[in-house]
Order: sequence, then C-alpha cells, then structure tokens
Amino acid sequence: MKIQLNNRKEVFPDNQLTVQELLDIKKFTFKMLIIRINGNIVKKDQYKETYIHDNDDVMVLHLISGG
Amino acid sequence: MVQLENLRNKVVGIAGCGGLGSNCAVALARVGVGHLVLVDFDVVSESNLNRQYYFYDQIGKPKVLMLKENIERINPNIKVTALNLKLDDQNIKEIFETVDVLVEALDRSDQKQIIIETVLSFWPERPLVIGIGMAGWGGNDLIHMKQYGNLFICGDRISEIGPEMPPLAPRVGIVSNMQANTVLQILLEGSRVGVQKNLN
Repeated sequence: MKIQLNNRKEVFPDNQLTVQELLDIKKFTFKMLIIRINGNIVKKDQYKETYIHDNDDVMVLHLISGG
Repeated sequence: MVQLENLRNKVVGIAGCGGLGSNCAVALARVGVGHLVLVDFDVVSESNLNRQYYFYDQIGKPKVLMLKENIERINPNIKVTALNLKLDDQNIKEIFETVDVLVEALDRSDQKQIIIETVLSFWPERPLVIGIGMAGWGGNDLIHMKQYGNLFICGDRISEIGPEMPPLAPRVGIVSNMQANTVLQILLEGSRVGVQKNLN
C-alpha cells in the first residue's frame, strides 16, 4: 500500500497495517504522540485496533515539553 | 491597510500564557486582532521573567490578569477575555467555542497532548497553531513552521526543556512570534494556504 506519512509518500508491502505496526516498522518509540489518520485523531488505546489502508493520510507527531 | 482592519473582527484563543502564550498574545494585540481569549491558572514568578511578557512588580499575581493589563497598556482597543483557570478536555469546548484560530502554548507535553487531541477531535477543521521545541539557544536554522491540514507546528521539534536546556527569551520569542505570524497568515489568507505544498 501507498500512504502519506507526515506529508511524504511511503510504500509498504502490506495491504494494511495497524497503527502500532506502523510505529514499530518506522521505529517511532516516543511515548507522547499525536496521531491522525485522514484528519481523525487515534488515541493510544486504539493503536492496536486501528488500521491504516492504501491512500490514507497519516500524521505522527512527537510531543516534547516546553512553552 | 484594509486587510489588516479586518483583524478587528477576529477572535484568537490562547491556551497557556507562559513564554509562548504571553509573547504571542502581545504580538497579536500589536497588529490589532480584535479579541483575545487568554487562559492560564498560574501566577507570575521571578523565574518567568527571563522570557515571559510580565514585569517585576507583577510577581505573585495571576498571569492572565497581568497579561490583560499589559495588553491594555499597548492597545486599549483590544478586547481581552482573561480566564484564570486550568483547561481540561471538558471546559475547553465551551471556552474556545467561538474563536477563529486557537494557539496551543502549554508547557508540559502531557497537557499539550490532552488539549491538542481534544481540539482536533472536537473541531477537526479549525486552525490550531502549536509550539514544539524551543529550549536552549542558537540553532536558528532549525526553527520552522510545518502544516498538516488544519494543524500548524512551530518550533524545532527536538529541543526539550530540561536542567541543561532552559527556556530563554530569544528562542521562546522566535517560536511565539512564529505562532503569531502563522495566526496572522491564517486570519488574512485562510488556513488552506500552504496546504500539502510539499506533496509528490
């Protein structure tokens, strides 16, 4: 499948991936994340049951403290 | 300029009035954004004065009330709603119901997460300008703005606050003014401006 990940094209051999599988493949290990699929927020407790499909627009944002 | 006069009818919400929020609010007041909704629950402390838009004689007083005073001294024509309370995933919906653009200017990453997730879930189309990564000094070339749909991210996205990485006026000032500049662009040109420019 082909997806947009953080505004960049990415290709994966799988037809679909869970959010957790994507995080593992991309080695996104940070604990404080904001994740959106096609504009919809995916919360942490949904990572293992939410699927990413072909043509999805995915944003993974790492949060750090400071303001 | 006719375009800038339209700012008088705009409402901007600012979640957090520390380093990012206080400086961003002042920049927006100076250019004439008509109504600012400021939210914070903290009081001014001496350690804030290395970067936040407060004064020595305001130590110990609530930030939102002092920021309202400071803004009124700069531009008394701006309407300022100052709310001295802690934002959560419930009250935020009512407090920012009518704002055109929302600025996230909170300190701790867990608070940022709650507010960003709530705002993006509740208002999936409303522009949200957040600040990520502004500790330390130098690294001018690392600070940037990136847009993902209605979410606008300002900062270097890597410099986390810590014992060896204090937040200091110059970088906090750059990122907070970058947030204000992004708000201004959204208010004047709409939030679709840079959308997906870097695709393909």
